[in-house]
Amino acid sequence: MYRIEERVISWFVESARKIGGRNLLISIPAVWIFLFLILPCLILIKISLAERVLASPPYTPLIDWISSYMLQIKINLENYAILITDDMYIRGFITSILIAGASTICCLLIGFPMAYAIARSSKRFRHILLMLVVLPFWTSFLIRVYAWIMLLSPCGFINSLLMKFNLIDVPLKLMNNSYAACLGMIYAYLPFMIFPLYNAIEKIDYSLIEAAYDLGSSPIKAFFRIIVPLSAPGIYAGSTLVFVPAIGEFVIPELLGGNQTLTVGRLVWNEFFGNVSWPTAASLSIVLITFVVLPIVIAQKHKNMRPLSKD
Amino acid sequence: MRVKRANIILFFGYLFLYFPLICIVVYSFNESRFVSTWTRFSWKWYKVLLSNPIILRAAFTSIKVACFSATISVVLATMVAVIFARFRRFRGKALFVGAIAALLVMPEVVMGLSLLTLFAGMSKIFNWSTESGTTTITIAHITLTLSYVTMLIQARLQDLDKSIEEAALDLGASPLKVFFVITLPMISPAIVLGWLLAFALSLDDVVIASFVAGPGATTLPMIVFSSLRFGISPEINALATILMTVLSIGVIISAVLIYKRSELGRNK
Repeated sequence: MYRIEERVISWFVESARKIGGRNLLISIPAVWIFLFLILPCLILIKISLAERVLASPPYTPLIDWISSYMLQIKINLENYAILITDDMYIRGFITSILIAGASTICCLLIGFPMAYAIARSSKRFRHILLMLVVLPFWTSFLIRVYAWIMLLSPCGFINSLLMKFNLIDVPLKLMNNSYAACLGMIYAYLPFMIFPLYNAIEKIDYSLIEAAYDLGSSPIKAFFRIIVPLSAPGIYAGSTLVFVPAIGEFVIPELLGGNQTLTVGRLVWNEFFGNVSWPTAASLSIVLITFVVLPIVIAQKHKNMRPLSKD
Repeated sequence: MRVKRANIILFFGYLFLYFPLICIVVYSFNESRFVSTWTRFSWKWYKVLLSNPIILRAAFTSIKVACFSATISVVLATMVAVIFARFRRFRGKALFVGAIAALLVMPEVVMGLSLLTLFAGMSKIFNWSTESGTTTITIAHITLTLSYVTMLIQARLQDLDKSIEEAALDLGASPLKVFFVITLPMISPAIVLGWLLAFALSLDDVVIASFVAGPGATTLPMIVFSSLRFGISPEINALATILMTVLSIGVIISAVLIYKRSELGRNK
């Protein structure tokens, strides 16, 4: 009995040595990435080229044996054509880009003064102030969106406060529009903006600014000629970290945006859960990936692996 | 004058970050169902919440999934981080790096949909029964959190002094021993933080879980999400308060511990 077990174990050890520990170490996460990232994306591409049918799974196969010698490959480009011809999808992409862009700009406008103030505060407080920026990020994302429903909804905090002081008779329609979706995004993604900005601003040598003042520069000029260029990496990193997740966001526009704020993320969800049209959902996803992922991957390759760490 | 202006900015900034959350906490203790009227302080909604079997079961499922996925994710992420930070160039490294970066920016709806198509195909091929869908959620959450945790551990690995590991290798220790005796203790703060981050991300995810969950599995965020469509509810206030308290206490304690540890290391 022992013999066999020993033999099996030694076989494992021997073959592991043959492959090499290094390759073994690489292969485990590589297999995971292939199985659960690359393979699903390939399946998604396949489904996006299929036709929608009422069956399980609800799409036609790409390759089919019709008779014993007949192999049929059917590629259906309709799911991509519909994205260009149907107004709804184009508008979805435009809405997503507009909301993400507006949120990024607002995050920058709010985040820059905050990051600057934190970087200029005394060293003892800096850790606490930074901790306070991340803390809401660690608490649930859904709860943070819910917090704004609580404030903005017709019977929410702001409306009931205004009604109590008789400033309004009818509740204001604060929620269910694209502004509310924007506000939710700003609130959710502000920490992503503050951290890279803080990292960049903290490194600026303050004597440069003092030198500019001594040489007669106005505060505004010193800001735009010295602080902004020196914190450019932070501005770039922060804007990317806000803009990219904001484009594909689903939860915030769904809960705060109302019916007319149809972003791409919501379109994918609706196609899948509402229309049960897997091929359309797949083609939308493929286009969304090429919009969002490709530029980042290319940029990442050029930067040669600088970690995009969060803190 | 400058100091004062900075303080005003910070005051309004943090007011913006914290006022909505404070509102939730305050109103979770309101006896009335409505935000418009404050009747009196009560624990009523906490009692209602804790006697709801559906929410309790979902919370249990979520915690189970989060623990499993965070643990496996940390193990895989440590491997990836070691490969990225310590290995020489090898064929396919660029693809590997690109894949991790792609995971980081992949929209949740796309990740959920693509994993679902995979699971649907696999269940067809292997005759997989999908009665309890927590396995699929766990796999999906490992994939979701992998890149975040990798970035965290990799940043720590790159900060480390390589010469200590090289010295151990020169003195004849096997690479495996070097990793467990020298590298692992040094990156352990990042591993703890990574585990917590993965746990929090998994406990938070609603989109991917909605896509891949089997009919029998409901996580806590899925319940919260479906009840949010109907607007404000005091039970959700109470639930949110509990979650926020637990998560922030966990984060603060671990941050303080890690900070103290790194201070100790510096003194040595």
